[in-house]
Amino acid sequence: MTALAPLRGRRPFRLAAPPVSGVLRPRLVALCAALVAAVFLLFCWGVTLGDYPIGFTDVVKALTGAGDPGTVLVVRELRLPRALVGLLVGIAFGISGALYQTMTRNPLASPDMIGLTEGAGTAVVAGIVLGWDGGLGTQGLGLLGALVTALLVYALAWKGGATGYRIILVGIGVSWMCTSATDYLVARGERFEAQAALGWLVGNLNGRTWDQVTQLAVAMAVLVPLALGMGRRLRILQLGDDVAAGLGTPVQPVRLALLLLGVGLIAFGTAAAGPVAFVALAAPQIAQRMAGTAWPPLAASGLTGALVVLGSDLIAREAIPGTELPVGIVTGVIGAPVLLWLLIRANRAGSGG
Amino acid sequence: MTARRSLRPALLVVLPVTALMALCVLSIGLGAVDIPPDQVVRALFGHPSSDLVDNIVWTVRVPRTVLGLTAGAALGLSGALMQALTRNPLADPGILGVSAGASFGIVLAIALFGIGSLYGTIWFAFAGALGTSVLVFLLGRTGRSGATPVKLALAGIAVTFLLFSLTNAIVLTDPDALDRYRFWSAGTLADQDAAVVRSILPFLAVGAVLALATAPALNSLALGDDVAASLGRRLGLVRLQGVVAVMLLTGASVAVIGPVVFLGLVVPHVARVLAQYAGIGPDHRWLLPLSAVLAPCLLLTADILGRVVARPTEVQAGVLVAFIGGPFFIALVRRRKLAEV
Repeated sequence: MTALAPLRGRRPFRLAAPPVSGVLRPRLVALCAALVAAVFLLFCWGVTLGDYPIGFTDVVKALTGAGDPGTVLVVRELRLPRALVGLLVGIAFGISGALYQTMTRNPLASPDMIGLTEGAGTAVVAGIVLGWDGGLGTQGLGLLGALVTALLVYALAWKGGATGYRIILVGIGVSWMCTSATDYLVARGERFEAQAALGWLVGNLNGRTWDQVTQLAVAMAVLVPLALGMGRRLRILQLGDDVAAGLGTPVQPVRLALLLLGVGLIAFGTAAAGPVAFVALAAPQIAQRMAGTAWPPLAASGLTGALVVLGSDLIAREAIPGTELPVGIVTGVIGAPVLLWLLIRANRAGSGG
Repeated sequence: MTARRSLRPALLVVLPVTALMALCVLSIGLGAVDIPPDQVVRALFGHPSSDLVDNIVWTVRVPRTVLGLTAGAALGLSGALMQALTRNPLADPGILGVSAGASFGIVLAIALFGIGSLYGTIWFAFAGALGTSVLVFLLGRTGRSGATPVKLALAGIAVTFLLFSLTNAIVLTDPDALDRYRFWSAGTLADQDAAVVRSILPFLAVGAVLALATAPALNSLALGDDVAASLGRRLGLVRLQGVVAVMLLTGASVAVIGPVVFLGLVVPHVARVLAQYAGIGPDHRWLLPLSAVLAPCLLLTADILGRVVARPTEVQAGVLVAFIGGPFFIALVRRRKLAEV
């Protein structure tokens, strides 16, 4: 849409030393800065909440290590893990969604749809209902389920190369089978087990520990820089397989790399917080519209994802006094109308989404 | 040559119907108490070998089998109709948001209105299914060029997501709703009595008549919108009639047996292959009835298997249908060029 005026909102630049040239998008940069500030605010706000209220300034002090030892202890040991998992999961889901949507050129393509989260769900629910997790724990099972499903989908979609469409369609088939298996397990289990299983399936940030934070943080420290580094290739791939190949991009290896990055992000995120609905689907689309770009920008999508998860978690904790909703329900109720609105807008433009 | 050709379509009618009748006898015979086929037939014709057999056959097994027959036929018919309407080999009645709407209706009935009985929840499920399909159709119609296949599918997916998260929100806060919902959502033919089956029959009958009446128009529609219009078909009217038929057929059957995925997707493909083999080709006047006969075959097979594999408990028919249909779907995706989807 913005491509009508060739240079509107974009500044090309070239440096003599080091020899770097590129395009600067002031709006995108400003958006990212604003998102970082907003995410930081929500992050600290989330930490202030709890049975023992802590002031905003005290939280900021405690984060830097200053302040009285009791506050530092509460913040570090009890509140930080939850906030950090929310932050990291939001970033992981946002970036993963942006990768998939750009790769398939379809705003409805998200990791939720190709069976990864469903596979993780089946593995975890099986662990809960059958009462045996092989010593892996819920996190390990979720991770294993997502990775195995991803491999299965890719292997089944492989037929002298894998196209984005075939991956999605095979993924839909696999995800239906996983959903069916989960339904069976939930119906077979006891009432209490069914509730525990469903509670995990919705996505929850309650009661996270440092173990989960470190596992997720280590994975993301590797995956996120790689994903951001692939951004250029991703946009070339968006032009279509033939054009991308003509421009010298090795299409199949790049697609496999993108797929693996997306799978890794979503698998570790799901393992830590459960399948939080809609973040991967909605965050990239929101970021794209705020940045005014023609594709979902990766970094801004990740930050928007973090904003959505942290904000939804605040609503989930504060909306009904005395009870805590799982964060996944709030993201779902917020995300779905956004999706419908996008659809109606796209229909009006005549492109049909 | 002509004799051979006329023989094959006859086989196309005889074979599936025979298979279906055999499955019916099996379905009435197998279960917690096994009844041999000859006694089943005798009980059906009014000469039971004992009162116990008579009781089991008429109060438990016959309603269950009739439900499998009618709901299966409805899902197969609406699947064939959806694929023809959207000209998309991957279309499934669930795409219109019907299953999600029915789920939402059921948990709403239990959680908000405290309705626990089966009869009460069925009407809510039905209303949810109908309301959602209307909403999806209206959303898909916005913008230029009316309700194109792609827009219908996208609107269906979006509405499904929304309702699904609302359903989860209710189910997680209300254990009673969860208990009823989790058994329904796995998709089962068990534990329904004759009154329930009778109450959905009128909707299924109207839906089936509407669906079969669209068959000639669907043949023109398969040639493309422009050709169909120039042949004198009113596209909007045909689509509306088709969507109403899908709504009635799917809504009524999903309300009772739960969301059974894949049945509506897989069966029309089998029907097409069989019709091609019989030298008829993709003629919807044959495909629609054939799907309506083949779908209950699959559903009853899954139901019978579910009773047998995990004795003394049962595996829900919907789960087994997905596990029979899933590999078929993936094989289909691999075989075809699906650039147009």
